[in-house]
Amino acid sequence: MSESTENRVGVPGDARLEGLRIAKPDSRLSKLPVIRDLKVAVGWQKAMLITGLVITGFFLLVAIFAPWIAPYGYAQIKGEDGVPFPAQAAPSTEHIWGTTVGGFDVFSRTVWGARTAVIAIVVAVLLSIFAGVFLGLVSGWFGGWFDRVCVVIADAIYSFPSLLLAILMAIMISGGQSSLWGGILASGISITVVYIPQYFRTIRAEVIRIKSDAYIESAKVVGASTPRILGRHLLRNSTRTLPVILTLNSSEAILTLAGLGFLGFGIEPTAAAEWGYDLNRSVADVTAGIWWTAVFPGMAIVLIVLGITLIGESLNDLADPRLRARKSAGEVVGSIEDTSVDPTERPNNDNPVVEEYMATQDPEVAVLARTIPDESRGVIKDD
Amino acid sequence: MTDNARQPQAEDLGDNLVDVHGLSVSFMTDAGPIKAIDGIDFTIPKGTIVGVVGESGSGKSVTARSIIRLLPETATTAGAIYLKADGSEGLDVLATTGDELRRLRGGEAAMVFQEPNSVLNPVYTIGWQIEEGLRAHGMKDKKERRAKAVEILEKVGIPDAATRVDYYPHQFSGGQKQRIVIAMALVLNPGLILADEPTTALDVTVQAEILELLRLARDEFGASVLIITHNMGVVADLADQVVVMYRGHVVEQGTVDQVFYHPQADYTRKLLAAVPRIGQRLVVRDAAGQVIERKVDWREEPVVVEAKDLQITYPGRFMQPDFKAVDGIDFEIHRSEVLGLVGESGSGKSTTGRAIAGLQKVSGGSLKVLGVEMNGVRERQFKPKRADIGFVFQDPGSSFDPLMTILENVAEPLIVHGRYPTAAAARKEVGELLELVQLPKAYLNRYPHELSGGQRQRASLARALALRPSLLIADEPTSALDVSVQAKVLELFKTLQVEIGFACLFITHDLAVVDMLADRIMVMHRGRIVEHGDANEIMRHPQDPYTRKLLASLPVPDPREQRRHREELHALLADEASTA
Repeated sequence: MSESTENRVGVPGDARLEGLRIAKPDSRLSKLPVIRDLKVAVGWQKAMLITGLVITGFFLLVAIFAPWIAPYGYAQIKGEDGVPFPAQAAPSTEHIWGTTVGGFDVFSRTVWGARTAVIAIVVAVLLSIFAGVFLGLVSGWFGGWFDRVCVVIADAIYSFPSLLLAILMAIMISGGQSSLWGGILASGISITVVYIPQYFRTIRAEVIRIKSDAYIESAKVVGASTPRILGRHLLRNSTRTLPVILTLNSSEAILTLAGLGFLGFGIEPTAAAEWGYDLNRSVADVTAGIWWTAVFPGMAIVLIVLGITLIGESLNDLADPRLRARKSAGEVVGSIEDTSVDPTERPNNDNPVVEEYMATQDPEVAVLARTIPDESRGVIKDD
Repeated sequence: MTDNARQPQAEDLGDNLVDVHGLSVSFMTDAGPIKAIDGIDFTIPKGTIVGVVGESGSGKSVTARSIIRLLPETATTAGAIYLKADGSEGLDVLATTGDELRRLRGGEAAMVFQEPNSVLNPVYTIGWQIEEGLRAHGMKDKKERRAKAVEILEKVGIPDAATRVDYYPHQFSGGQKQRIVIAMALVLNPGLILADEPTTALDVTVQAEILELLRLARDEFGASVLIITHNMGVVADLADQVVVMYRGHVVEQGTVDQVFYHPQADYTRKLLAAVPRIGQRLVVRDAAGQVIERKVDWREEPVVVEAKDLQITYPGRFMQPDFKAVDGIDFEIHRSEVLGLVGESGSGKSTTGRAIAGLQKVSGGSLKVLGVEMNGVRERQFKPKRADIGFVFQDPGSSFDPLMTILENVAEPLIVHGRYPTAAAARKEVGELLELVQLPKAYLNRYPHELSGGQRQRASLARALALRPSLLIADEPTSALDVSVQAKVLELFKTLQVEIGFACLFITHDLAVVDMLADRIMVMHRGRIVEHGDANEIMRHPQDPYTRKLLASLPVPDPREQRRHREELHALLADEASTA
């Protein structure tokens, strides 16, 4: 052995290497997509993700607690005492963000609007994700004519403008003007139709990539049935990219809902508060110098879309090791094996020739130290 | 041993082309920065071939890449690499930037990568790609560039170079592509060629040709070659000097004879001992020192697999004929027997194995597996038999579902065949299975990526044997492993085979491995079986010219013997050329 092999000593008092060696216990919680990413993220990527999470979380809270936050109802045009609200009143202590031409309180409408927006997202995403994922799995796995037909339809749908589709849906469902659920469903279904192909395409591509992997073949050799292969192996392994599309689609859903409202195909003001509708009604106000009816709902739309997009974009960056930024904590004396999970493979072991260790030419592989369970937790108690 | 007393300055490199001095490379990872190389020193003398050996992860590739500063952004380096360009003083590569670095890359040091298919750009002709280097280094005249490209292609042995200079990469075979890549490296006549596993992706017969070409680079072009490999045979065949690396450290540097015959470091000795050699049967002893041997004679045992005129074709593309992967082969496998199936890539050996496991449709002839006729079989008929078949895949990394724990993965066959309702219920049995393959029970809760390659392959063996099958198909089970790990897995394999007594089809391209294990050997070539018989007989006295060529091409991990062996190959090739 050469000298250098023997004198491999860390800097005295440097506990960072120990930190690498001792894997931190992971809770179930930290394996959830967004939380896991939050732990990995550093620098501006972390800032982006946190900003997105804060904004989105804020809107979620507002949506949930709307009845307690908003001083008035979304359709309320009279005070408790039966006196109608003034129309187009400037912000005051009574109406902190002023009132609209119809006498609605802008602050209350904006707060209640968050609720509509969140419901719209949930409906749109729920409708499309299940159908898209299922079709993608089946189509990618079986291939053949079914796959061809699905792909052609998906391509055809890509060429549809989604807003036009939404308008058609709105007219079909509720004849133009609609109730809360009519409007949400109109935007939800139009988005569903447009987004199924996205989920379908992503999942299908992953399935086609994975299905020739050895572990799928291995399941086949073992004799696993097709539903088992699809459900246990393919589904879980092909959904990595979903959080990204999901967030990006959510923001699109809100824009479509707002667009519908703005064009007048949205939800009746008496059925629910909707930012797009409010913007539409404030067009005339803007020229008259009444700014408060347009600015607040407009800001709300921009902010919620920004928040969700920030999450989506940073998840996208974090999922790709080439785009992911890393901590620069200074150099630690140690080798790749220090991150190894196997105690016998660590360099301080008596055994100078360690038979096996991670085949890690690729620095990415060292990443795995992150998700390693604590040694003591792995021990199985025989009973 | 590295000579620490002699520490050359930048001005004085003596006869050395490259002097690597105290080189350390760290990578920034999510777990923090990690040192891949820790203060290594070695030299590359002029006009010599230096072989760098070591297992995966020892830092071989990183070392070579550092010499031309081809490291990812996450890497930080320390130390110095002095490179002496023609007629100039030694230059610290790690301190160069911009134009100087560009001139150095290609001009002074060129790289040959492992996978020729991904190095050549498929949308440009090879001539254009060779000229790219000349263009980058300031050769303006178009005609001159082309003439140079043709010349270099002729030198590396591409026939009819003047025409084929305008061909695209896909029109060449894998071996020819690697020749072209070497031509690209040689065209600027660099003093140093860095070859990173240049023959790993190639068949042995092609490997012998490429090694010959690298020897030519030294002898005719006067270049030094740094060849990185994990194959001790390649080193014995080609290298003048050997650098042994282990975990980011240089353990030993010396001449090839010195390292092979008088290794200084313990690690080198163990590495050499683990290399499989032809004519070496694997003898496994149990704890009491008794040799483990099979109790039964496989010749007397019933036949498990029987193929008669077996044909497997892949449908051709539009307007193209079908491709016959397996073209009418006959063989049988007895219970308790290990049948070695040897062949180069594309010979149809994997296809045969996959057909037996029911992963590939049989298109003609007859294949009886455990009494079921596989030609036109329905999955429903075959499914109950699947419990009796185990399959070990080549790549231990991808044969486990990455989102399932080892417990869930190994329990899969037990659950599918209804022995247990859930993985948790099978815990005890899976734990015993892991012990059978010498893995601690504590690994049950780990995920596949938390195991090393050898451990994963053992777990994969445990899964294949979970139902105590009577037939095991092992498709290159050790090719992705390092030699020392391979030795362990083979030993384990042998022990289990004796214990459980399954019939085994052992598919491999490595003749030395198959010689260690197999009772009988089949040699496949282009979908046909060219030779079939007793393992000893085939290895000692091969009859078929292809088998002979295969054996002669396999480099022997012993420099002196390899020199003799190479002569034999040359004689054989000359013979072949004269008869053709």
